[in-house]
Amino acid sequence: MAYVASVPKESFRLSMLVYDTRYRSYTIQIAVLILFLAFLGWLLNNTIVNLAAKDKDINFSFLFQRAGYDIDQQLIPYTNDSTHGRALFVGLFNTLIVAFFGCILATFIGVFVGVLRLSKNWVVSRLMTAYVETFRNIPLLLWIILVFVIFSETAPAPRDFRATDEMVAAGQTPAASKIFFDSIAVTNRGTNIPRPFLDHPLGHVSVLDVPINLSVVAALALIAVCVWINRRLLAHAKAVQEETGIRPVVWWKSLLILFVPIIVFLYALGFHLEYPELKGFNFQGGINVAHSFTALLIAISLYTGAFIAEAVRGGILAISRGQTEASYALGLRPGKTMRLIILPQALRVIVPPLISQYLNLTKNTTLGMAISYLDLKGTLGGITLNQTGRELECMLLMMAIYLVLSLIISSGMNVFNTAMKLKER
Amino acid sequence: MKKSVMLGTLAASALLAGFASAGTLDDVKARGELICGSNTGLTGFGAPDANGNYQGFDVAICKALAAAVLGDANKVKYVPTTGETRFTALASGEVDLLVRNSTWTFSRDNDLKLDFVAVNYYDGQGFMVHKDLGVSSAKELDGATICIQTGTTTELNLADFFKSNNISYTPVTVADDSEAQRQYLAGACDAFTTDASGLAATRATLPDAENHIILPEIISKEPLGPVVRHGDSNWGDVVRWTYYALVAAEEKGITQANIEEVAASTNDPEVKRILGLEGDLGAMMGLDKEWGKRAIAASGNYGEIFAANIGEGTSIGLARGLNALYTQGGLQYAPPFR
Amino acid sequence: MPTKAAFVRKDMLAPQEPPVSERGAIKWARENLFSGPLNTFLTIVGVLAVFLIVKSALPWLLNGVWNANSMAECREIVAARHGEGATGACWAMVRERWHQYLFGFYPQELFWRPTMAFGLMFVALAPVLYFGNRTINMRMTAVAGVLTILALAGVSASFPQTIAGSEAGGLALLAAVIVFAGLTAVAWMAPRRLLILTLLYPAIGFYLLWGGSIWGPVGALAGFAILAVVYNLTKAQLGVVVATGAGVVVAAIWWLVVQSHVTGALHSILPLGTAHVDSDEFGGFLLAFVIGVTAIAASLPMGILLALGRRSDMPLIKALSVGFIEFIRGVPLITMLFTASLLLQYFLPPRSNFDLILRVIILVTFFSAAYIAEVIRGGLAALPRGQYEAADALGLDYWQAQRLIVMPQALKISIPGIVSSFIGLFKDTTLVALVGLHDPLQGVTKVVRAAIEWKGIYWEPYIFVGLIFFACCFSMSRYSMYLERKLKRDHR
Repeated sequence: MAYVASVPKESFRLSMLVYDTRYRSYTIQIAVLILFLAFLGWLLNNTIVNLAAKDKDINFSFLFQRAGYDIDQQLIPYTNDSTHGRALFVGLFNTLIVAFFGCILATFIGVFVGVLRLSKNWVVSRLMTAYVETFRNIPLLLWIILVFVIFSETAPAPRDFRATDEMVAAGQTPAASKIFFDSIAVTNRGTNIPRPFLDHPLGHVSVLDVPINLSVVAALALIAVCVWINRRLLAHAKAVQEETGIRPVVWWKSLLILFVPIIVFLYALGFHLEYPELKGFNFQGGINVAHSFTALLIAISLYTGAFIAEAVRGGILAISRGQTEASYALGLRPGKTMRLIILPQALRVIVPPLISQYLNLTKNTTLGMAISYLDLKGTLGGITLNQTGRELECMLLMMAIYLVLSLIISSGMNVFNTAMKLKER
Repeated sequence: MKKSVMLGTLAASALLAGFASAGTLDDVKARGELICGSNTGLTGFGAPDANGNYQGFDVAICKALAAAVLGDANKVKYVPTTGETRFTALASGEVDLLVRNSTWTFSRDNDLKLDFVAVNYYDGQGFMVHKDLGVSSAKELDGATICIQTGTTTELNLADFFKSNNISYTPVTVADDSEAQRQYLAGACDAFTTDASGLAATRATLPDAENHIILPEIISKEPLGPVVRHGDSNWGDVVRWTYYALVAAEEKGITQANIEEVAASTNDPEVKRILGLEGDLGAMMGLDKEWGKRAIAASGNYGEIFAANIGEGTSIGLARGLNALYTQGGLQYAPPFR
Repeated sequence: MPTKAAFVRKDMLAPQEPPVSERGAIKWARENLFSGPLNTFLTIVGVLAVFLIVKSALPWLLNGVWNANSMAECREIVAARHGEGATGACWAMVRERWHQYLFGFYPQELFWRPTMAFGLMFVALAPVLYFGNRTINMRMTAVAGVLTILALAGVSASFPQTIAGSEAGGLALLAAVIVFAGLTAVAWMAPRRLLILTLLYPAIGFYLLWGGSIWGPVGALAGFAILAVVYNLTKAQLGVVVATGAGVVVAAIWWLVVQSHVTGALHSILPLGTAHVDSDEFGGFLLAFVIGVTAIAASLPMGILLALGRRSDMPLIKALSVGFIEFIRGVPLITMLFTASLLLQYFLPPRSNFDLILRVIILVTFFSAAYIAEVIRGGLAALPRGQYEAADALGLDYWQAQRLIVMPQALKISIPGIVSSFIGLFKDTTLVALVGLHDPLQGVTKVVRAAIEWKGIYWEPYIFVGLIFFACCFSMSRYSMYLERKLKRDHR
């Protein structure tokens, strides 16, 4: 203490800003800040000067003008009379739906393949290795194109489904037929699946021009309530078990709670399926899923699945062999060992790379433009940009949207990751 | 590590070189090279061959222009542009002009600040269908699936056509021409729509061309032509009159082969003016006397260029149609050289 | 009393052969293929899948035609050979256009230059990738040399009409033999010396690819010399950061203002140089490699700085680094490419346009820097805390600790990650077609399909390009796995 007190109090000198470690970090930060602001100012200034020179301005009013083009896959109502802004949302939803289903599918593929790659079956493990290596080492763009081409080249044309009167008379069957109990038609231009249909729907509410189907909302609410009640039931059963050691029989109650209300609800609304039928050139009725969607989904899931498989394999290998042996010693079979012992532990290793794969997948959906899947890049960054010539606005808007998407995904997954973390006591 | 800075210096030196005088014509002359925005590859109109030399109907205009301005038809650098990048490349000064089958429309001319200086090909959007479909008019295509290339005026035309005829369709958007062709052949769409010239080129290369028909309806006007930046009228004039020199040459019967002979023997004052034997038209737009002569000598007159690249003698086999001279019932018409 | 045994065996039985089901191929199959109902099912499904794929593609592949001049001719030949209705690949396209897939529109008489640059790249990389291991270094140099010389000979033989086929080609071949023999000798005698080539390689590679006056690259290198001199002179007084800053400023002045005059003057005095090649003549795999390799190499220093910035104690620096990294990682590469082609013209001073490939390289460099930064951050995090503490205990300052203790170890651990970043980036170079560059997958293919004789060709270009991509990426990923194993051993 005395030693510290004896240090003479230094007066501040200017040179201390550079030499004294206490101040140097401030000096550096202020210098960097000034440079950074100067750089931003330079960019801004250039942009203003360039815009003036080109006699242009930054103006987002084109988003409210008539788009004039058609989009073949639309999750919200859209016609060529709608605005560019609406086309943007159509594109955004198209991006989201591919990304959403892609993440789910890729995870399934990845876990399945990752586990099978470690299988003792020689053929299977080699096949899986071959799958992982081919998909990882060839550009995604090529896979998207290939899957798309395979779909449109191998599926039958709609007219092959037709049974003309002469064919019926001659006892011939059409060259192609629908699959899954005559409900799904895979043609070379798309997949037609049955559309759920209600006789007495609850109607729509329009929010911001987006119609919200009340029947769907009600059904979802009902399901949520049922799931909640079921949870309470299970919690109760568990409490009873802890109390008395005997678990009350609940499975039929669970089934009853989970399924009966929703079935009754759908029946009351007159639920039935509308099947696709061949009329004119094409199948009418049902939902037409374009091959660009299916192909992009499959290609991107297979591609990302290969990367996830590697992450899963790495995660499984990271779990010490003792865990498996202990599990075998307890008498668990290999399948159960994997499901109950190894995978839950491996998950902690797997999740971080999984997040970045999800991010990659979402960003890679932009490659759908190679097969003209009209996602955000296709509408806002493609046709709208082309028709309006507003490249600055379109690109900035697009970057902002992707950035927000990525941030949402990574923060959501981070929350999950923290929840999954090994709780050390 | 060092590469980043080295590229930086390169960038900087290129940047310094980028500051030049105002007029595109002066820039081109100073650079000694014409930068021509071309297609990434469109059969007959502009594509590099096996040796990397660009060939085609649009490319010939660039060559003629380079010959007129720089005196050498080979001093052209071709910058391939896509549907999205083409107008930006032009507006940013990356290319001196675009000759890349771009349709002249009101909004492009005014809103995008471009100048379409001439029309070197009058096109229109048509439909191709398989004969088995039993369709003889585009109006019978109700409910059909139609393959269409994205990012062009064709999708707008298609939407307008079906709307005005009150019939419906399903669009299948495709990324490019070859993709459209493959989809169409695979039967993924009932009809394929694009510019009639593109349809003809596609049909010509199909293995079973006789089974495909091009429907009679032409649903749009597609005047395709060279584009320059708005606000540089001198350069626009150079491009425009170089093109008209080619058209006038056809009208006057000046060809690549006989140009010297004509120059020596002609008595026609307009021909003399075009070839720089009389008056000094070139000087009025900043070129020398013989610009027209060189432009025509580069790849021949308009008719020759047409015949060599896309005409009936080639495997694309387009008829002159609207692109014949006005004297033969077409629309190609050069204002007087006076 | 022991009962009398009827029979007592005195000698051992000769061991019997194991039953048929427990030996040889059958045992292996039983254990590996049919060990349970699930496995049996999987095996059958797997074999069936392979069979179906082979069955549908094999005839087409086998019917392939190598000698034809157009698609129509291919179809005729296939029909004539295998009967009407048979389909076959038209490899004749590959035969005619392979050089466009490899080199784009690079002048044919100069094909030896990119080939040479490619070969030298491996020699330059060897000391980095194999940490100065003498045998491997030498082997790699020798193999790269032999392969390059073979490739050069092949290229010259393919284009006999051009200069490469005649004397100049012969000279280039001879020069290549001498250069690679010399390099192999250096690798054998003093493997560390090869690092000089590594440092000089950017200039050499640049010069080989673009050509032009030799003074350009020399001038650029001189800038680094100036930087080093200024740094060394002022380090003692100003400290590392300020000295580096001063060096960079002086070097930047040299590059931006002085260099062009000096090199111009030197060129007029001593006009040394070779034919200049414009970057828009680059295409195919040449373009993919130029973009990929340059971007990764250039993004390394940036990535290191960003990674350090992200771990920095200074909140502002940290915020900027995190902001940059997360922004780049949050947007798709396509938007970066479109920025290069559409938006950069707004952000740079008016009328400053340099060629698209350069703009793409710069933006791709930014893109990969963010990913490299994360890889290096992983490497930094993997270093035991004790290393940092030991550096502090020795009294090293921040930069000394980074340079002498932390970075050498962290970078070594990061190499596999950097290699996989490179693989990803290399595959992603196919996207540059979307801004109109001639990448191998779509750009060159589009050019080929636009030719009237090859219009309608579909699968062949994709298969050809896909195979090359696979070969490149697969070998790189194998290398990275080898390295991972090796590094793991090192750490035990």
